Amino acid sequence: MSQQSASADLGTRVMEVIAKTQRIPLESISLDSTFEQLKIDSLDGINIVFALENEFGINIPDEGVQTMRSIGETVEGVRKLVAEKTAEPEGPAV
Amino acid sequence: MNRVAVTGLGLVCALGNNVAECWERLVAGVCRILPLSDPGSPPYKFSRGAQANAFVPLDHFSEKELIVLERFAQLAAVAAREAVAQSGLTFTEDLADRTAVITGSSIGGQFSEEEGYIRLYREKNSRIAPLTIPRTMSNAGASRISLEFGIHGPVYTVSTACSSSNHALGQAFSMVRGGQAIAAIAGGSEAVFAEGLLRAWEAMRVVSPDVCRPFSIDRRGLSLGEGAGMLVLENWEHAQARGITILGEIIGFGMSSDAHHITQPCVEGPAKSMQWALRDAGLAPERIDYINAHGTGTQANDCIESQAIRLIFGAKADSLPVSSTKSMHGHTLGAAGAIEAITTLLTLRHGIIPPTVNFTSADPSCPLDVVANQARPAALEFAVSNTFAFGGLNASLVFQR
Repeated sequence: MSQQSASADLGTRVMEVIAKTQRIPLESISLDSTFEQLKIDSLDGINIVFALENEFGINIPDEGVQTMRSIGETVEGVRKLVAEKTAEPEGPAV
Repeated sequence: MNRVAVTGLGLVCALGNNVAECWERLVAGVCRILPLSDPGSPPYKFSRGAQANAFVPLDHFSEKELIVLERFAQLAAVAAREAVAQSGLTFTEDLADRTAVITGSSIGGQFSEEEGYIRLYREKNSRIAPLTIPRTMSNAGASRISLEFGIHGPVYTVSTACSSSNHALGQAFSMVRGGQAIAAIAGGSEAVFAEGLLRAWEAMRVVSPDVCRPFSIDRRGLSLGEGAGMLVLENWEHAQARGITILGEIIGFGMSSDAHHITQPCVEGPAKSMQWALRDAGLAPERIDYINAHGTGTQANDCIESQAIRLIFGAKADSLPVSSTKSMHGHTLGAAGAIEAITTLLTLRHGIIPPTVNFTSADPSCPLDVVANQARPAALEFAVSNTFAFGGLNASLVFQR
């Protein structure tokens, strides 16, 4: 990703990834949008999750995917995983 | 219209190298979804698969023959050998012209293709192995069977993802029934344990991290498997005149397309497929004694298939045994229909229903009698076997004892 998008806030970056993956205008997406409103189905969801994993260098587990049904939930989910990654740069110490 | 007898069966999968070995384990409820021989680096998100580890190519082919045969074609040929041997057919000139070979394969020869890409893109070597094309073509198994037995009739391959071999069997059934062929070798084969393909399945997020648990509340996806199933279908009178043992009969075939979504199933498509198959067989739903389910172990399939069965079978579904043997031999994609057709015929023949194993507890969204964990003896006359593919393509067969 470009430096420009890396410097944008996390919510915007998530929306940019979704807009790009879905080939829809960024302006059509807001934090309040649900996947249903954006006509994003489960198969689209797999694509979006894959792109988000690449963008943020995170691993989104299947359980995490199931809690992401709107843009807001997705941003929160990504924020949490990015925070965990930053807190434990060597990976989870389980 | 001719009756269609089944006079030969051949099977290779994770459960064993022939029909007898596989059947013994199916009835014993043995799950052969085991740790992968190569767990991947970095490891795949799933650690298990149903690999046909006991299948050793050199036990069946010379080094020279293997030059042109990928694993999926080897599996197809070996299963066909067993089926033809049991049928006792010899393909004399007339029969050779009037026998069909119709196989199913979802992906064809994946290994040579991946080796080619490694040379091309990783090693920057533009010289690809010269036999890549005949090794990878999806009809390599069908063509090998035709060559090996000298069969000159219609020979082709159907590729409809997980419905491939039910579509192949349905085509062969129609040909023998309609008189275009006297006999047919039909089924399917698949060899899925190639890295690129496994990574693609991993990315789809539909593979269970451990084993598949069809219809169970804690199911987390399918388990991949490899193998082949081949059946010899034969004009009933031709078989009777030879005095050969008839192992069962195919009496109906139904197909439908969801036209709903590329991967998400819907109730109507699978329901129609079963309905058309029953209508083709001339049977009321109440007459069916057993269903071998598609039962992949994914959230969506098992719930939708249960609803489709309830829709077609109504109150009968309360007492209708439905099992998914994928819990033992994995989901063999383009071979699934053939392996499960053989399982269904043996179920009718032996009067014992193989279970759905790895089952822990019932899911209210799958209200079926899934023959949990233990095989069950039963007097059986008619059975249905389902396959539902990505792309929304459904195919159901009806068998009679």
